[in-house]
Amino acid sequence: MIFKQSSSRFSWNEFLIETLIRASGFSAIFFVALIFIFLVREGAPAFWEVSLHNLFGTRWYPIFDIYGTLPLILGSVVVTVGAVAIALPLGLATAIYIGEIAPRWVREILKPLIEVLAGIPSVVLGFLGMIAVAPLVRRYLGMPTGLTAFTGAVMLAYMALPTIISVAEDAIDAVPKAYRDGAYALGATHWQTIWRVVLPAARSGIIIAVMLGIGRAIGETMAVMMVTGNAARMPLEWNAFFRPVRTMTATIAAEMGEVAQGSTHYHVLFAVGLILFAITFIINAVASIVIIRGGPRRGGRLMG
Amino acid sequence: MYLEDKLKMRIRGVPSSPLLYSVALALLLGILAGNACAPAGPAPEAAPETGAVQTIQNKGSDTIVNLALAWAEAYTARHPEVRIAVTGGGSGTGIAALINGTVDIANASRAMKPEEMERARANGVEPVEHVIAADAIAVVVHPSNPVDGLTIDQLSDIFTGKITNWREVGGEDRPIVLLSRESNSGTYIYFLEVVVRKGEKENQALFSPDTLLMPSSEGISNEIRQNPNAIGYDGLGYVTDDQKTLAVAVRAGEPYVLPTVATVKDGSYPIARPLYMYTNGQPTGVIKDYLDWILSDEGQAIVRELGFVPLR
Repeated sequence: MIFKQSSSRFSWNEFLIETLIRASGFSAIFFVALIFIFLVREGAPAFWEVSLHNLFGTRWYPIFDIYGTLPLILGSVVVTVGAVAIALPLGLATAIYIGEIAPRWVREILKPLIEVLAGIPSVVLGFLGMIAVAPLVRRYLGMPTGLTAFTGAVMLAYMALPTIISVAEDAIDAVPKAYRDGAYALGATHWQTIWRVVLPAARSGIIIAVMLGIGRAIGETMAVMMVTGNAARMPLEWNAFFRPVRTMTATIAAEMGEVAQGSTHYHVLFAVGLILFAITFIINAVASIVIIRGGPRRGGRLMG
Repeated sequence: MYLEDKLKMRIRGVPSSPLLYSVALALLLGILAGNACAPAGPAPEAAPETGAVQTIQNKGSDTIVNLALAWAEAYTARHPEVRIAVTGGGSGTGIAALINGTVDIANASRAMKPEEMERARANGVEPVEHVIAADAIAVVVHPSNPVDGLTIDQLSDIFTGKITNWREVGGEDRPIVLLSRESNSGTYIYFLEVVVRKGEKENQALFSPDTLLMPSSEGISNEIRQNPNAIGYDGLGYVTDDQKTLAVAVRAGEPYVLPTVATVKDGSYPIARPLYMYTNGQPTGVIKDYLDWILSDEGQAIVRELGFVPLR
């Protein structure tokens, strides 16, 4: 009786809570829009203050008005692709081990440990990379210096791993038990079940894991600035991955502090931020399309 | 602080109980942590109210800004009746402000140009130059590197990427890895003008794109320490003992000179420059006292602390 009465009446409490929740939901859109508007306002002037030929040239000497962003874009791409190439197999294997193979007690130890890994500040990893990893890279890969795109990719892979593992593991965990039972009933081995049933069924979640990992990697600044050498060179040779590069994020971080506000250099740095924003936007869009095209989560075509 | 003392007293009062002690200790630690987090305690605002507070406006070179700040801090600690406002912005900015009469002292890492002198005089300002310290840039390599000295020409060829192997300058058969400060650093510009462009006005040479730009002095010294291929440069005061400093010659056939306080002062080390302060007319009163103090032993000790070369 009491329940009925209260539910039929207009409740101010509920209205307030619903409004607050709705507001925080919309605030995400609002903030992204604000950031985008700010970036465009500060970065767009670069596109008429600097000729496109200069802006997409191959040399970056900002204090002499040479603003070629191509080495920076390619630098970010090389480091990010490298990081994902290292982190994806490792992360996926770990997720499969935790989700499908590990006994309960191993899982109980591994999961919190991986979360600890996610909590290590990037400047600490950068320091580790500079002091410990870079000398090893120089010594054992025979490169002139250990401050290379590869060193950066290794550090970034470590940073992206916890994200990739936990999201992929969640996706694997969410595959219904009935799928596995079905596979076993057809006589599939444990590995066949994992590889041909569980992974395809968890595909969209795994793609999200990879995309989040890429997002973490391409936006990371501090560790990358400390270990990649920051030389604005075109990474085009066959061994460019093992040579120094300069990423977009490191450039913004290193130069923004000293630049005169409102100068061309300032606008170009924001334009670099705009390019970075556009790249992450495209990655996310492609990921969404892939997921939508792939049909509903855990749906239909499994063995295909 | 009072609270802690009271707590300690109370702890002393109670009979020994490990639990109580540990609780009290935890409380104490908490209070200490709280104190540490709070903004630094009451500032020494005990300026004796003897007459008006005098303010010195000091602006200019970013190379000097940290030194000027350290001087201002040490001087005002001694003379609470003086306030010194220090800002950077570059040598040109400081000199322009002096010409416009908005600062008392302009900092510059270069001498004033004749046309700036003219503009100042047209504005009724008579700039007086004071050399306040010197700045030298050391070229450093790994301690195991057999190369002891290089000429400016060789350094220019190395940093523009024309010479890429240590063999070409009398070293081992190793690739050369170039290290530089970030391009926003005053040291970068100075090294570019004096070494890479050899001090020639029409020379448009740039650092090789393969140059690693390190965000800090620590980044350079760390790589120099562990990489036998590396060559870098930094302010003399930033060079640590575990790096090898190279002697530099103006050109082949002339003596190779190591950067020291002595060689910088007698002008024989080529990559060094005096640092200036400019005042309007001969300084008087507080400004004169401040400049005299800067040139005193106490002021010059701060120069050495910050990695510049003192005048005495």
